[in-house]
Amino acid sequence: MTTSTSTTLQPIPGNSLTRFLSDGWVTTWRNLMKIIRVPEILLFSLIQPVMFVLLFTYVFGAAIDIPGDGYTSFLMAGIFAQTVVFGSTYSGSAMAQDLKDGIIDRFRTLPMSGAAVLVGRTNGDLVINTLSMLVMMGTGLLVGWRVNSSPLEFLAGVGLLLLFSYAFSWVMAFLGMSVKSPEIINNASFLVLFPLTFISNAFVPSENLPTPLRVFAEWNPVSALVQSARELFGNVPPGTIVGEAWPAQNPIATVLIGVSVLLVIFVPLCIRKFATISR
Amino acid sequence: MSFIEAIDLVKTYSPKGSPQVRALDGLNLEVQQGSVTALLGPNGAGKTTTVKVLTTLIQPDSGSAFIDGVNVVAEPQAIRRMIGASGQYAAVDQNLTGFENLLMVGKLYHLGTRVARQRATELIELFDLVEAQNRTVKGYSGGMRRRIDLAGALVIRPPVLFLDEPTTGLDPRSRLGLWEVIERLVADGTTVLLTTQYLEEADRLANSISVIDNGQVIAQGTADELKASIGGLRVAVTLVDESQSENARTLLTRFGSGEQAILTGRTLVVPVQDGPHALAAIVSAAAEEGIGLHDAGMRRPTLDDVFLQLTGRSAQTDEAETESAA
Ligand SMILES: Nc1ncnc2c1ncn2[C@@H]1O[C@H](COP(=O)(O)OP(=O)(O)OP(=O)(O)O)[C@@H](O)[C@H]1O
Ligand SMILES: [Mg+2]
Repeated sequence: MTTSTSTTLQPIPGNSLTRFLSDGWVTTWRNLMKIIRVPEILLFSLIQPVMFVLLFTYVFGAAIDIPGDGYTSFLMAGIFAQTVVFGSTYSGSAMAQDLKDGIIDRFRTLPMSGAAVLVGRTNGDLVINTLSMLVMMGTGLLVGWRVNSSPLEFLAGVGLLLLFSYAFSWVMAFLGMSVKSPEIINNASFLVLFPLTFISNAFVPSENLPTPLRVFAEWNPVSALVQSARELFGNVPPGTIVGEAWPAQNPIATVLIGVSVLLVIFVPLCIRKFATISR
Repeated sequence: MSFIEAIDLVKTYSPKGSPQVRALDGLNLEVQQGSVTALLGPNGAGKTTTVKVLTTLIQPDSGSAFIDGVNVVAEPQAIRRMIGASGQYAAVDQNLTGFENLLMVGKLYHLGTRVARQRATELIELFDLVEAQNRTVKGYSGGMRRRIDLAGALVIRPPVLFLDEPTTGLDPRSRLGLWEVIERLVADGTTVLLTTQYLEEADRLANSISVIDNGQVIAQGTADELKASIGGLRVAVTLVDESQSENARTLLTRFGSGEQAILTGRTLVVPVQDGPHALAAIVSAAAEEGIGLHDAGMRRPTLDDVFLQLTGRSAQTDEAETESAA
């Protein structure tokens, strides 16, 4: 058997863990560079939630009567949840775009970890989502939102929202690789995510909804996320009637279970899909 | 065993709403170490599919492939340590600069930052991209992207290099430059498998040519062997009036060495036994039968003739494209 050309460059020593971390960092770096070089992505993912905060506060705020701190405080958890759920869509369209551009083909001919590419992808979205959370919080505080809980609870609330969006990013990354078209991902996710976020307790208390919608809202994981965030931020209006469904009674547990289930299913699915995908 | 060996590769695609495509239909290929082998074939022949199987991008439905004895399907990561690949369409990150693209590839080969930087700098120079190196690839021309992509394939100085239509979209100067790079790599012992639509390129670079059609290798040899295999001199005539092509074809075939004359556009070509004699006979017979000729001549077979003879199609016509797309 022959040996390779003597001048071929050899890898520096490392084990699969250090290589995975290094590959994960390099692909995360690449996605962060994209955020820096194409600022429109960040700009538009920030404008929408800010617009929602302002529109809902001033248009619906007067019409919807919420006891306690009023509508703005009630609304914020809903907007946070909606934004991070929609933010995960980016994982899908960016994955589809990378596939189209052939950069995934390049990665797949390199001796790197395929899982690291996906980690880099979802990490990049976590950064975008974190930034939009910060901007939304600033906007919220300006229009009268107040956190009525301990710093620890507040951080737990933020963590839960980001965790949920992270899990959703993996779902979207899988869809992006399956559909292979950034446009379809954007349009299709709009059709799914709009009802998912609106038929929930995000913008109006779900107890007032007609029965079929109310049942849907009570079982909707987005409702659980919103309810958890409201509890952790101390924004639950006094006298709120909590639905009887288990998720409505145990929102934080529901979110944690939901996140685990999504990750357990979609992380391996994504890795398997990635291993055979090509432009 | 040859350095690169593909045995009986089969790959089918089942696109939604259209019939199944047999992209590879029992393809066999052998590449000797240190050689340049060209895969030559019309559009849709299966060149890209072959390269994708060998570079671990897709898995064949059946058959096997080895590079330096390593099983491509079973040990993709080991293969990826020894190959460099550049696909038919440039695979670069649009939002990174040219330099950053190469740096990223070096890091993903785990060369360490210092070596990855050094190598990126060398390659930027080799491919004449010094001025553009700190601009994002988004602003590059097609040819510049192509060059960054090719440079990406050379980062580790791989013993085996796969280039799918490497010079498509390059201007003549860059094409010549790339040929020189490839020749230097081969002098250093690199084994190269490339696909090309340009017969001239195969003629100049390749020690061995495999002609592919419908997912199979239908002929294999050096350019000279292939030319010799389809017989000696050709007589080629160009018709004045295309409507006479059937009569003219019969006429040429009559004076040829046995095979049918092949028509592309208004040009007819037929292999002949005794060149000058056949040419004179064809010209006078055409005059007698009232077939108008623009020109008539004799020539040695080209790779294009090989192509025509073997596939019934010209290598570089649009006809082949529409045929495979249909
Ligand atoms: N992803 C795919 N889905 C469906 N069919 C495909 C796919 N990729 C290739 N094919 C089909 O497989 C056949 C071989 O394609 P391939 O790309 O290997 O040809 P090629 O020789 O590289 O052609 P070209 O010169 O146009 O690049 C074609 O008929 C093509 O339509
Ligand atoms: Mg091709």
